[in-house]
Amino acid sequence: MPATYTNPRYPFAPVRDAGARHKVVVVGGGLVGLTMALDLARRGQKVVLLDEDDTVSFGSRAICWAKRSLEIFGRLGLGEALLARGVTWNTGRVFFGDRQVYHFDLLPEAGHQYPAFINLQQYHLEEALVEACRATGLVDLRWHSRVAAVAPGPDGVALTVETPEGSYALHADWLLAADGARSFVRRALGLSFIGQEFRDRFLIADVVMRAGFPAERWFWFEPPFHPGGSVLLHRQADDVWRIDFQLGWDSDPEAERDPARVAARVRAMLGPEVEFALEWVSVYSFRCRRLERFRHGRILFLGDAAHQVSPFGARGGNAGVQDVDNLGWKLDAVLRGAAPDALLDSYDAERIAANDENILNSTRSTDFITPKNAAARAYRDAVLELAGRYAFARPLVNSGRLSRPAVLADSPLNTPDDAPWTGGLPPGAPAADAPVRSDGQPDWLLRHLGGDGFTLLLFGPPGDFPALAAGGPRPVFLTRTATPGALHDAEGLAAARYAAGPGAAILLRPDQHVAARWRHFDAAAVAHAQRCACGITITDTQRMAG
Amino acid sequence: MSRLNTEPNLDDPDGLFAALMDAHRDLDDAASRRLDARIILLLANHLGNTALVREAIAAARLGEA
Ligand SMILES: Cc1cc2nc3c(=O)[nH]c(=O)nc-3n(C[C@H](O)[C@H](O)[C@H](O)COP(=O)(O)OP(=O)(O)OC[C@H]3O[C@@H](n4cnc5c(N)ncnc54)[C@H](O)[C@@H]3O)c2cc1C
Repeated sequence: MPATYTNPRYPFAPVRDAGARHKVVVVGGGLVGLTMALDLARRGQKVVLLDEDDTVSFGSRAICWAKRSLEIFGRLGLGEALLARGVTWNTGRVFFGDRQVYHFDLLPEAGHQYPAFINLQQYHLEEALVEACRATGLVDLRWHSRVAAVAPGPDGVALTVETPEGSYALHADWLLAADGARSFVRRALGLSFIGQEFRDRFLIADVVMRAGFPAERWFWFEPPFHPGGSVLLHRQADDVWRIDFQLGWDSDPEAERDPARVAARVRAMLGPEVEFALEWVSVYSFRCRRLERFRHGRILFLGDAAHQVSPFGARGGNAGVQDVDNLGWKLDAVLRGAAPDALLDSYDAERIAANDENILNSTRSTDFITPKNAAARAYRDAVLELAGRYAFARPLVNSGRLSRPAVLADSPLNTPDDAPWTGGLPPGAPAADAPVRSDGQPDWLLRHLGGDGFTLLLFGPPGDFPALAAGGPRPVFLTRTATPGALHDAEGLAAARYAAGPGAAILLRPDQHVAARWRHFDAAAVAHAQRCACGITITDTQRMAG
Repeated sequence: MSRLNTEPNLDDPDGLFAALMDAHRDLDDAASRRLDARIILLLANHLGNTALVREAIAAARLGEA
């Protein structure tokens, strides 16, 4: 049905390495598998990527990409192109009946490279990822390649891959399972999900139209044009609009897909004079759940294969992108022998905590949008009734708590503050962006942090700090006046956002999360914190030395 | 940390009870439920202390037995 987009078809390439052994195999060439392959390839790792299909995401799925995902895509070289292609938005409005009761600005301050969100159809993003993977020359993209058996062993995983030309065997030292919500790898290992399913159904109608709505997220509870349910409106690229109608559990999904019926619902919303064309229609129900563990020896789960949430909050795909951000540098360090295998256990610890936050938020939103009993409904409606008149009730309105990056507060990789520190970014927090000048040109702080290694953010000119030892983090100096060899924090926003005075040092991991911070640089403390953030214990150090 | 006061503290117990009854007089069950919910939310915000509300929830559940 889509008229604004034609799926590319990727050819099957005959296999020449049946029985071969590969360091990293990614199962699933969806949003998350593609991002994973790109991340590892940009670190210089070769990756085999297997996908059962021959194209990118079909039809309409994710559309909202959060600031943190854009920053990660920025590191992967795609951020600016996505920003240009997508629809930028920061504001959400909530209506009850025919009245606006609440609005929120997700990025109320200036001085960030990326907005709170862009909307862009998932297939556009995936197509860009396929091109970027190809450009690295290190990702072996294998379409029409379905993983049909997995046999885990102590030093890797034996795979059977089905193709149009028959089956073949592969051995993966590390298997990254990004094969989506119905993950074959998960089922083959006999792993079950913990969490819940919601008894409600939603109709997704994507329409092409020229409409006067602003680029904002609009959410209605019980609007006159859809009594008894909620409706969500989003603008996407190419004049496509996402309209999401709550249908209720008693609805008949087959009947609801009927284009005439969908068109009538849309017309009731837009009015008879607005012309539109249906681009995509589907009916969904949702789950909020995750695997008990994401790491199973040499197999690591990520994306929807590991966890799923309701889409209110756009936490599904965005969480998967953060899984990649977390896993990429760790697996790379293990493959290069720079960190022990145990570092990968921290992927499990950190991403489970982060995804539990997503599950909690999405569950609460879904409970608000779909009250489970008469009392829940009374409280929900009471909040909406109060919110129009009284400001206090507005923060209680929950039409979706939109994706924010997790603060990995309890991570075993963090080094706690050694002195009281008010404000700024505690260990585990993702780095904040800030406008800076480099060599007199306007630039962004995040572009200088993390990526291929650890970064030490030093507040002051290079001359104020002793020379750093080789093998340690890459120093980035920040100064309030233009200084050679330093980024110029002209507006003082970097110092303010990190609450860092002269002499302060902040250690950032390759995924731009804060590992540790000190009011005053201390070389031994930095080295210790970096070892800790690499999962290196004292015995590891002795073993590596010996 | 403040604790939920379960000792007599009302300036006008009969008046309070009557005010609640009056508020519900001409409402059906669903409307009554929403009214109670609005009252609870207003009072909870005035308290500004979720821990205290949790204590009240626990105390109210005990009251049933
Ligand atoms: C209506 C809707 C709206 C959404 N909106 C948003 C949003 O706005 N923002 C957001 O962040 N998220 C959103 N999501 C969630 C988002 O779409 C998913 O979280 C995301 O697609 C997960 O990506 P993935 O790569 O893990 O899985 P998938 O995209 O499902 O990819 C899995 C891949 O694995 C392949 N595969 C499966 N089995 C095998 C096998 N045996 N062998 C080889 N390959 C296999 C498939 O072909 C597929 O390519 C939305 C979801 C829905 C349904």
